[in-house]
Amino acid sequence: MGRRSVEMDLAEGTSVTGLLALHRSFGKAAVWDSIAVAVNQEYARAEDVLKDGDEVALLPPVSGGCGVRNEYAG
Amino acid sequence: MLVEITDAVIPAAEIVAEIKAGPDGAVCVFDGMVRDNSRGRKTLYLDYEAYREMALEEMRGLAGEAVTKFGVRDVALVHRLGRLQVGETSVLVVVASAHRGAAFDACRWLIDTLKKTVPIWKKEQFVDGAVWADGEPFPGGIGLPKALEAKAQSADGKPFPSEIGLPEAPDESGNENGRALLDNPPFAKNAEDGAPGSVRSGRPGAGK
Repeated sequence: MGRRSVEMDLAEGTSVTGLLALHRSFGKAAVWDSIAVAVNQEYARAEDVLKDGDEVALLPPVSGGCGVRNEYAG
Repeated sequence: MLVEITDAVIPAAEIVAEIKAGPDGAVCVFDGMVRDNSRGRKTLYLDYEAYREMALEEMRGLAGEAVTKFGVRDVALVHRLGRLQVGETSVLVVVASAHRGAAFDACRWLIDTLKKTVPIWKKEQFVDGAVWADGEPFPGGIGLPKALEAKAQSADGKPFPSEIGLPEAPDESGNENGRALLDNPPFAKNAEDGAPGSVRSGRPGAGK
């Protein structure tokens, strides 16, 4: 989405799913289908409800360690 | 347990030497290095980034879980960030245990799980271009079910005004795999504009 962080006002009771649904039109669909969401630095579930001050991170598939996907290297 | 995310060279030999203790019959070491090629292309270097605090917390969780799950005595888990050259260690997993079986199993489980769940990313710089590595699909329980996302809307169903919505990502970024979210490095180590890669929610009207 081209930004590192942004503050948002959300309706009371908005869930993780609701937040994502609002932004699915940005970028490519495949990106949205592959991300995970963290709320306050812990992996969140789709139905989790956001509250004031929550920090939400959209995480692409991770690639730490070494080698590439489906490959054991090092 | 030694669990660290570092910007410096990982002192692998020292960490292995320090973990050894009397009750141990085996120390299993996985030293993950930067390879000089990837999918047929020559690699110049790799740039690693993390959602740092969460990554460290996840790594601490994995180290603790390994001890419980495999009954090993101690674990060291260190990941390096920043630019790494070919041959350098990006991740070090060390497991000390009374017996080799548990040490091997825990070591393998730690690196495999880290690669799937710890929020760290790498950009591969080749002679002829750069690409963010595809990454591993999130395991069940971490990724979000697609069907739920497609149907969802905000609680009152009203669209947000444009000044609140997120800016549209540019279509073409020059990134070879075209992953819009990754057009910019996902997270900076020292982002000044709040937590990296994040949005903050607030009640309507709260912050105005």
